[in-house]
Order: sequence, then C-alpha cells, then structure tokens
Amino acid sequence: MTTLKRLWQLFVARNKEFYRDRGSMSWNFLFPVLIIAGFAFAYSGKPKPLFTIGVIGQTNPMAEWQYAKFVEIPEGEEELSKAREKVGRHQLDLLVQVSSLGADAEAARGKYWVNATSPQGDTLEKMLASIKQVEWHREEITGQAIRFVDWLTPGVIGINMMFSALFGVGYVLVRYRKSGVLKRLKATPVRAWEFLMAQILSRFVLISVTTFVIFLGAILILGIPVHGSAWTLALVMAVGTLCLISIGLIVAARVSSEELAGGLLNMMTWPMMFLSGVWFSLEGLNPWLQKASMLSPLTHMVAAARAVMIDGEGLMSAAVYMPLIILSALAFLGLAIGSWLFRWE
Amino acid sequence: MSSRNPYVWEMAQSDQISNTGFLEVRDLAKTYKAKPQNVEAVRGIDLKIPQGVCFGILGPNGAGKTTTIEIMEGLQRPDRGEVLFKGKTVISAKGGARAPRAWSEAIGIQFQQTALQDHLTGRELLKLFTGLYSLDNQDHAVEYAIKTCEIGEFVDREPKKLSGGQRQRVLLALALVHSPEIVFLDEPTTGLDPQARRQFWSLVNKIKAQGRTVILTTHYMDEAEVLCDTLVLVDRGQVIDEGAPRDLLKKYDVKNLDELFLKRTGRDLRGEV
Repeated sequence: MTTLKRLWQLFVARNKEFYRDRGSMSWNFLFPVLIIAGFAFAYSGKPKPLFTIGVIGQTNPMAEWQYAKFVEIPEGEEELSKAREKVGRHQLDLLVQVSSLGADAEAARGKYWVNATSPQGDTLEKMLASIKQVEWHREEITGQAIRFVDWLTPGVIGINMMFSALFGVGYVLVRYRKSGVLKRLKATPVRAWEFLMAQILSRFVLISVTTFVIFLGAILILGIPVHGSAWTLALVMAVGTLCLISIGLIVAARVSSEELAGGLLNMMTWPMMFLSGVWFSLEGLNPWLQKASMLSPLTHMVAAARAVMIDGEGLMSAAVYMPLIILSALAFLGLAIGSWLFRWE
Repeated sequence: MSSRNPYVWEMAQSDQISNTGFLEVRDLAKTYKAKPQNVEAVRGIDLKIPQGVCFGILGPNGAGKTTTIEIMEGLQRPDRGEVLFKGKTVISAKGGARAPRAWSEAIGIQFQQTALQDHLTGRELLKLFTGLYSLDNQDHAVEYAIKTCEIGEFVDREPKKLSGGQRQRVLLALALVHSPEIVFLDEPTTGLDPQARRQFWSLVNKIKAQGRTVILTTHYMDEAEVLCDTLVLVDRGQVIDEGAPRDLLKKYDVKNLDELFLKRTGRDLRGEV
C-alpha cells in the first residue's frame, strides 16, 4: 500500500504539472490539428487525370492506351487478393486479367474487377468494351477511396505521440536532474523504480487521453475511417506509446544537461519523423533507408495503425501482430535499459 | 514499518540510547576523481552528535561540509567510514547505493539549493511529500508543517512566486512534514536578507525545542553562535576543533568564530588568506 501511495502521489503531481503548463498542453493538441489541416488543404485539389490499371500476367490488350499507367501484378492468390483490395480502396482504377490473345480473337477470355463507385473505373469499363477480341467477364468490388488525409492521420498522430513521449519524459527528467528535484526526491524513501513508474504512467495516461481526443476529432470532423477494431487500434497505440516513452527514459537516464538532452532527442525524433513512412510511402525509398526505417518504432506503430484503420486488419493479421511484437520487444528492452541506467544525479 | 503521528514526538524510543550514541560518524572519507588531480573532500571525519541538540559544521567553502552532510543523508557513498544511528550502521562504504528506508524516514533534509516541481503550490508539494513517507494522517502532517514553519499565508502559492525567505521556510516545512528525528540544514540562510535569516533562526530554535536534532552547516559565524549547542570546525576535509561556541571562544581568547578560524588556520571563513 505504501508503494502504491508513493506512486499515486508522484503520478498526481506529474499530471498537475502537465495540465498547468498551458503552453505545453495546448501544443500537444494544436500541433497535430495544424499538420492534418495543412495537409488536408494541400492535397484537397482534383486528382491527376491518370488511370491506374493493374494487369495480372503478361497479356495486356490495353497496352496502347497512352493515358493509362499499368501496374504489373504477379499471378497468385495472394497477389490477386491484394490487388482486389486496392481496387476496393480506389488505389487501382481497374484490375484486368486476360488469357493469351491467340490468332483466333474469339478464343480470348478476359476478366476485370472494377469498383462501381469509382468514376475512373466506370470510364475504363466503357473503354474496355471497345476491345472486341476479348470476351470480358465482370466482377464488381465495393469500397471507399482512401484520401491522403486518411492515410496521413495515423502518422501525424504518431508523431505527436513521439514528441510527447520523448520530450515529456526525457526532457522533463533531465530538467528535474539539473534543477535538483531528483536529488531532493532521492533523499526521501521513494525508490527509483517507483519514481520512474509514476513518470511512465503519468505520460502514458496523458498521451492516451490526448490521442483519444485527437482521434475522435479526426473521425468526427475529417471523417477519418477506422475499418478495423478500435480496441486493436488502441492496443497498437498503447504499445507504441510505451515503446516511445522507453526511448525518452534511456535518453534521460544519466544526462544532466538540457542542451544535450534536447540535441539527443532532436537527433532521434527528426529521422523518425521522416523515415517512418508518415508523410510518404517508404516503397520508393532507397533500400538502405528502408532498412534503417525498420529501426524506428514509429515505422511499426504507423504501419500497424494504418493496417487497422485503412485495411481493416485484425489482431491475427501479420500486418498488425508483427509490428506489435516488435514494439513490445523494443518497449520491454527500452524500459529495462532506461531503468538500469537511471541515476538520480 | 511503523507510522508516526506528527503531533506526538516520540522521545521514548530513544530514551535508552546514550546521548553520544545517538548519531555517530566514524572515519568518514571521500575523494572525487578530477583532473589534474583527485580532490580529497573529506579526510577521516569523526563526529558524535547527541540527541536534541543543534550541531553545527562550520567551515569555509570547499571545506567538505556539504560532502560530509550528503554522505550522512545517504546521498553519496563514502570511500571509507560509516554513519551509525542509535548504534546501528546506516551508511557505510560497503553499503548499497541508497540508505535504508528507515534512515530516510528518520531524517529531514533542506538543501542549500533546491528546485521544486513547477506548477505545484507549497501545499501540494507538502501533500506530495507526505505521500512519500509512512504517515497515517497526511492532512494533519501537512497542517502541522504549515503551522510549525508559519507558512500559512503563502503556502497556496507556487514556490517560484515566493521571496527567498518564504521559499526557504517552505523547504523547511518539506523537511519536517514527516516529523523526522534529525533535520539536516545545509547552509539554509545563504542568500537571505538579515530579517529573513533571523526569522529562519527562530524556526530552527522552534524545531530544536520540539526535541529534534538539527545538523546545520554554515559559513556564517553569527548563525553558528546563535543556533548551535555544539559545533565542529572543518577545514580541508578534516575536523580541526570541536566544542560549544562559547567554550571555543574562551579557549582561544577570541571575540567571534571568524577570529577563531583565522587563528586556527591562518585563513578566514571565506577561504581568504
């Protein structure tokens, strides 16, 4: 009970400090809103007048269409399934599979998948009808288009969490150490693990509340979809938060200079911000940078959050449980190292 | 661990301890690694501190006062020696990184300079600190500390909005909030104006009258003369003399402790030759 009481007192004190620091608290809410609004505005123009057609196999009867971009889809059930999902999300305007066009045109059989809610798909379907040598079989796929803001939101919220976790724990602990607050607490019966646990819990709760409010705002105001389970998303965010807090803890374990802590935290946050697939897809990135991005917890958290929100993946999907396993391992490792390295002075 | 009521000063438990056996420091030594050469901050200090007195550690800056007191508080580990409380070793060179919890419960500390958590009022800080100790009634403990240190007028303000003297009184209240048997005051009046210093002295006399043992480091001679029952003169990490202030003045036939220090070391208490 005494331990709980100590922990509770430290937890309450830290929370009060946070919400009375109006500037810092406002920034936690304002920053992601400004970023999302800015990008929503920047990408709110009309899409490029370009058709994107997925072609399964080698045969492409539309090869001469100059205004279309063709994406080669390898044959196979898994690839087909992924391509169909892209049609559902309007990432592909049309998906086409044609058996080889032989000398006898009537022998050719083709199949295409189209999203009935896609204007591009509708246009392409009409154009497809002009290819008379193929006997077309139609399959309709349903699904809403992904807006850039839908794709961006999990990443921006992740960035906000990252800054809040790293600076809220890392920077504050260093400030406490430098100003003598930690030395004063060391002179009390409180133990290091009790103190650290209170700081971690306090920041965890504050980030959770902030993130929940921002998510709610994004869903209600911007109509951001969450196709998967909200609980799975909450789990991803919770484990991601712990992981990010643990990084802050490592930075703050021994450093007593705010300048050094600021430099170290910036050195960590800026690469994570740009190499975690928050602003743009990592697909076209240099392979070395792609590998480096795998070291960032933000990469895994954002990927899992997008898998849940956009693709509707569940906990049993590798797109969700693999990042969760990595984040859990990193969080455990980070918390263990941070606690082990921690010094009051 | 037993809880204490801050309104009841438990003298009974220590009645059986002889005065000299209350708090003892044996052969304390501490060297700091530094370049070009290590600094021997404390070089074999022995102290015997009776219960219920104000015990002063007097010396110039860099004499080793703060290192000695921080070792006694359990904030630093000595290279050699030990600290005994009621006959039991609480601090030693071979001990753990932290002092035993029971020792942390028994002492209250006011540092020379302490920053406090931002955005918390004095009352909230007192409440926080009561939660860190084994106390049954936190609210009573807070009120007791407020009353003892006479901080009721400004306890609901944030410390950064207080004057130096008011802030030191809040810090003293934090040191007293769990009703410790021993109170360490490390140069508590440094930087205060004369009026604030005198107010603080009256508080120290008040807590001494409650039966607590006060261990005070200072480089103000007048402070040591007014407050201390016994004092040790420390220079270059060693005790160079010990006794009641009046006895020391009489022994060396000097008017004040500054003269005494000058006579004993050839330097004054500010470390000047």
